[in-house]
Amino acid sequence: MSSQAAGSSSGGSGDGGAPRRNSRKPKYSKFTQQELPACKPILTPKWVISVFVLVGIIFVPIGVVSLMASKKVVEIVDRYDDACVPDNTTDKLAYIQNSTIPKTCTRTLKVPKDMKSPIFVYYQLDNFYQNHRRYVKSRSDKQLRDASKANDTSTCDPESTINGVAIVPCGLIAWSTFNDTYVLAHNSKNLTVDKKDISWKSDREHKFGSDVFPKNFQKGSLIGGKALDPNKSLSEQEDLIVWMRTAALPTFRKLYGRIHVNLTENDTITVTLENNYNTYSFGGKKKLVLSTSTWLGGKNDFLGLAYLSVGGLCFFLAFAFTLLYLIKPRNLGDNNYLSWNRSPAGR
Amino acid sequence: MKRFVYINDEFCRDSYCDNRISNTKYTLWNFLPKNLWEQFRRFMNQYFLLIACLQLWSSITPVSPATTWGPLAIIFIVSASKEAWDDYNRYLSDKKANERKVWVVNDGGIHIQIKAQDIHVGNIVWLHENDEIPCDLVLFGTSDPQGICYVETAALDGETDLKTRIIPSICASMPSEQLGKVKGLVECPNPDNDIRRFDANMRLFPPIIDNEKCPLTINNTLLQSCYLRYTEWACGVAVYTGNETKSGMSRGTADPKLTAADAMIDRLTVAIFMFQIVVVLVLGFAGNIWKDSQGLKQWYLLYPAEGTWYDVLIIPLRFELLCSIMIPISIKVTLDLAKSVYAKFIDWDEQMFDQETCTPAHSANTAISEDLGQVEYILSDKTGTLTENRMIFRRCCISGTLYGDNNGDALKDARLLDAVSSNDPDIVKFLMVMSLCNTVIPIKSNDGTISYKAQSQDEEALVAAASKLNMLLISKDSSAADICFNSCKLHYDLLDILEFTSDRKRMSVVVKDVQSGKILLLSKGADEAILCRCHQGQQIRNFLEAVEMYSQLGLRTLCLGWRELEEDEYEDWSKKFQDASCSLENREHKIAEVCHSLEKDLHILGVTAIEDRLQDGVPETIKLLKSAGINVWMLTGDKQNTAIQIGLLCNLITPEPKGHLLSINGKTEDDILRSLERTLVTMKSMPVTKDYAFVLDGCALEIILKHSKESFTRLAMLSRTAICCRMTPLQKAQLVGILKSVGYLTLGIGDGGNDVRMIQEANIGVGISGREGLQAARAADYSIGKFKFLQRLILVHGRYSYNRTAFISQYSFYKSLLICFIQILFSFLSGLSGTSLFNSTSLMAYNVFYTSLPVMTIIFDKDISEATVLQYPQILLYSQAGRLLNPSTFAGWFGQSVYHALVVFLTTVCAYADEKSEMEELSMVALSGCIWLQAFVVTLDTNSFTYPQIVLIWGNFVAFYMINLIVSAVPTLKMYTIMFRLCCQPSYWITMALIVAVGMGPVLAFRYLRNVYRPNAISILQQIEQNNENTQSTRTVESPLKSPGTYLTHLLNDQRSNRGASYQPLLSDSVESTR
Repeated sequence: MSSQAAGSSSGGSGDGGAPRRNSRKPKYSKFTQQELPACKPILTPKWVISVFVLVGIIFVPIGVVSLMASKKVVEIVDRYDDACVPDNTTDKLAYIQNSTIPKTCTRTLKVPKDMKSPIFVYYQLDNFYQNHRRYVKSRSDKQLRDASKANDTSTCDPESTINGVAIVPCGLIAWSTFNDTYVLAHNSKNLTVDKKDISWKSDREHKFGSDVFPKNFQKGSLIGGKALDPNKSLSEQEDLIVWMRTAALPTFRKLYGRIHVNLTENDTITVTLENNYNTYSFGGKKKLVLSTSTWLGGKNDFLGLAYLSVGGLCFFLAFAFTLLYLIKPRNLGDNNYLSWNRSPAGR
Repeated sequence: MKRFVYINDEFCRDSYCDNRISNTKYTLWNFLPKNLWEQFRRFMNQYFLLIACLQLWSSITPVSPATTWGPLAIIFIVSASKEAWDDYNRYLSDKKANERKVWVVNDGGIHIQIKAQDIHVGNIVWLHENDEIPCDLVLFGTSDPQGICYVETAALDGETDLKTRIIPSICASMPSEQLGKVKGLVECPNPDNDIRRFDANMRLFPPIIDNEKCPLTINNTLLQSCYLRYTEWACGVAVYTGNETKSGMSRGTADPKLTAADAMIDRLTVAIFMFQIVVVLVLGFAGNIWKDSQGLKQWYLLYPAEGTWYDVLIIPLRFELLCSIMIPISIKVTLDLAKSVYAKFIDWDEQMFDQETCTPAHSANTAISEDLGQVEYILSDKTGTLTENRMIFRRCCISGTLYGDNNGDALKDARLLDAVSSNDPDIVKFLMVMSLCNTVIPIKSNDGTISYKAQSQDEEALVAAASKLNMLLISKDSSAADICFNSCKLHYDLLDILEFTSDRKRMSVVVKDVQSGKILLLSKGADEAILCRCHQGQQIRNFLEAVEMYSQLGLRTLCLGWRELEEDEYEDWSKKFQDASCSLENREHKIAEVCHSLEKDLHILGVTAIEDRLQDGVPETIKLLKSAGINVWMLTGDKQNTAIQIGLLCNLITPEPKGHLLSINGKTEDDILRSLERTLVTMKSMPVTKDYAFVLDGCALEIILKHSKESFTRLAMLSRTAICCRMTPLQKAQLVGILKSVGYLTLGIGDGGNDVRMIQEANIGVGISGREGLQAARAADYSIGKFKFLQRLILVHGRYSYNRTAFISQYSFYKSLLICFIQILFSFLSGLSGTSLFNSTSLMAYNVFYTSLPVMTIIFDKDISEATVLQYPQILLYSQAGRLLNPSTFAGWFGQSVYHALVVFLTTVCAYADEKSEMEELSMVALSGCIWLQAFVVTLDTNSFTYPQIVLIWGNFVAFYMINLIVSAVPTLKMYTIMFRLCCQPSYWITMALIVAVGMGPVLAFRYLRNVYRPNAISILQQIEQNNENTQSTRTVESPLKSPGTYLTHLLNDQRSNRGASYQPLLSDSVESTR
């Protein structure tokens, strides 16, 4: 670049000698003269202290509100992976992989507080790396969307084809869909879990084709997770759609369904579950979660606490700065602070 | 090696290239490979190419290859198209020049018109007035009966005066009809780029003239790209054509200069590269361990039990790709763009426009503005740079009588005027030398007034002064001159001109008085070149005293002398001179020797004193630059006393008792070396409050450089000021080289051709587009109209550029590191598998759009106003010592990026845990967090907000949301609906506010504490500025600066300690004078 500029200017002939007089004067504009009106804020005590106070004033109430919202959420978390294996089983892995053993298991949950509908039913997996590179990449969005792209399985390795025929839906994610099932009963009455609309509407409409049907799915020697009803189009397979929205963290919850009944304190809920999914090989936990929700989402104290502590810290800093300012006032913009105006030591 | 040119001979026309000029760097065919090759010679580009190639391997790439290929392609296309465009323009201008019609004379003597590109060596080219000369010609005919023509060489050497060119003597008597039929042979050296030398000779073949060799010099040539002026026609034979002409050979691209800031950025890049390698190795190793211990248990990953041999490489390579964004791909483009804006600001600066000569400042080199802010040494030429180079004849001393002493103007001295009117013989001789001994061309305008054109300002001043004293030079050509004294006409034949060279330091002419037939040698030159050649017996003490006195006054002195030559003495000498002029080898030296033999036994007539006024603003500028901590050296060809006087006048050196001037001199080598050692000891032992300087001359420097370069280098480092006089152009460049070799950043400023080497050698070359032509300005990186603009160039433009580049470069790293650290943190949650949290589009857009635009706003930023900078020039120290861009400031940015990455990542992960932890959403939350933070970081680092800044910073912010909302509306993309969903969630906005508060709170608190309780000079000045604004009406301006002595001490310590122990001056109180 530099050589260019230098070269072209020295190569040009005779541009200096011509008497072009005043036309060579640069045109005046505030922009070219770098004289645009500017506002130059500097960090004065007044300004900084008021910023901190202001942030404190805003953050503390938000923190309180967020924390209250989170506290209002009633949540029942039941870990069942260990409990649902018969006590005498030594090899849990062998147990879960043996499809001949019935895996039904019953859990009883107690409602700690009144829960208003809708109540969300989640399953939670721990130590499950849906975000692993090998895993996240192993899917074919085109195939899921478009029936004519059934053979588009290049990205689905190692779960793309079986005996040379494309699997629909292909890839590790679909192959390993969660397949535990829950049947809930409330005061010995059956409690309907609404499994409609648990996935994103946009996914059902645009990402998963209504004319794409499972083919060759779970036909291999190794069965991963849930098998799909080959007569239902993918857009109706909501459990699959939910599962295919991969989680970014190794601990995650996915929506299983909703309950449209209010629960009252001390109600008992009986869960009859099919414990099919293998988390035993890597020591992952499985949990069933029933939770209400607020404007802020589920139970998560983090935001509330963080806001309260940030707000508190801001007040503290504002206070400390004020104190410091009062104890040790500094004259801003004092010439004498300039290093070259300070007389050197020893003179 | 010689070249033989047969004039107008069809048979040998093809032995040399035709006259097709080509300045283009590329052809249509080699453009792509050549350009790519040039671009890939840069380390950064090689690095990115490697990354891009690795990305093609789908099993290791975390994101789509487009993330690197895209920006890489854009960078390549941008710079390639710039090159292509420049080259195309060069091609067009070449084509225009090549297809210009010129007249040539063919074999039969018939004039035909052909394209300029079809001229061949040997062709006779016929030129008309105001024609541009198409190739290098040897002149052999003009319309002028004396055989002279005038050329303007501005395009070649920048000198705007007219030069005389003369036909070789053997062609003198040729009638113009015969010119077309001339046959002959020109014997000339192979093409070179020396536009001041042409050592050739010429023979004409019978039947026209007999077989005599005639010497040719540069005065017999018409060089390509010059213009023919005031001459109806001229013709010459083409000797060099096309790219082999003198001007073609001297074209060429200078090596691109690398600024200190660039070098620092390169070092930081390498450091980051090392860091990246370490991170990659550690993560890759850990990733392989995770895979073996955990990965195989995670059944849903279906890891094959037996892998391939290169499996162990895959994870480290993935991390390499993931971390490749640590080195920002956009930094080069961003900086280039910013630098070209700085350059434009210099071009646009109205306050650097010189009204008098109508020259704006211009930065020819757009890439080195930051260096201006880091200048440590200024090496300045004197004449024309510090002074106006407008010579005015002020005083003279004629045979012992001093004129012009009482009123300071000899032209108004009644005694001199009386003496002139009374035809005092000494005075007449004196005036005659003044008006004849020169190369001035008188040009008579239509109304009869005579104006003078001269290459040397001194000569013009002398001739003008002589004409005011009734000795009027009326006309002059190569062989004769008419002068008119007291309205009586005198006619002289000009026999020879013994030209001025900087080695001889004098010039002479041999004239023949037509009336009396006497042959006279008229000489003028520097005192030491003339006075020592006087004839025995003449008392020269008077003149020595006069010279001494005049130079004390800062005047330029010239001594004039003459001698009558005997006829046979002249004949002898003339023959020798002819031989020397004809020699092809070592001609200059031979001529000098011959001239030397004639210039002896002179009768000294007197001394002239010419004033060269200081340019306005020079003392103030030098004072300002010195208080800004810049060391100013004056390198001049002038003599010591004059230089010292000028030095005192322009504040370069301080008079006693505050200042002290040490002089290094001596008669013998040993003397000089001893003097140097003594000076060095004194310098080391001086109290720092005293302003010391040393002075030495060219001969001393030559000896010192030969024997004691190291001592001199130490002296150079100690001395803030120096005056070096009697310098040759080479020595000027050598001094620059010495300072550069010890790591100082030097700025060379000059105006004449003799400064070109210095200007090119210095880190920054500044040319003054002055009276000595544009040669210096053309070679320079910056050209300005006056010396005083240097203060604005350095203190305002240089300083701002440095500050801005420091911010832009470090910020570029900060934002890349930020996103890279988030990726690294995420990899700990994704089984060290090298998953990218961000999708390809976001990553690419993050680097190219979201973060590049706001940072560009800093090119409008000013930390403190121009007025404050000029009031407190010491602040330049900050940029000079590189305090804003060095490893420790970079460490600060590095720490900030780590902290911000942690804040963004942890906040996002905690706030979007459990049921919200959907990949696309979480990644967009983290990305928005980065965008929010960086908007606030730029805001906090901006010192002054102007409209474009506010618009760009927050417009970019809005654009981020607009773009993502648009992208989120496309069903086929992965991003579909994500941004809409997030914008509807209160928790998203709450998270963003939290990220900003946690990210910026500590930064703000830290800044505040530092600015109030440990302020650096910049923030103090900002505060002062603010105070002044608030109390402008009540208070007057700031208290004046304290005297230089007090702060210089401190500044000096500051600066030296920054450069390491070896630069520390030894402090002691013993002072010892060497004068």
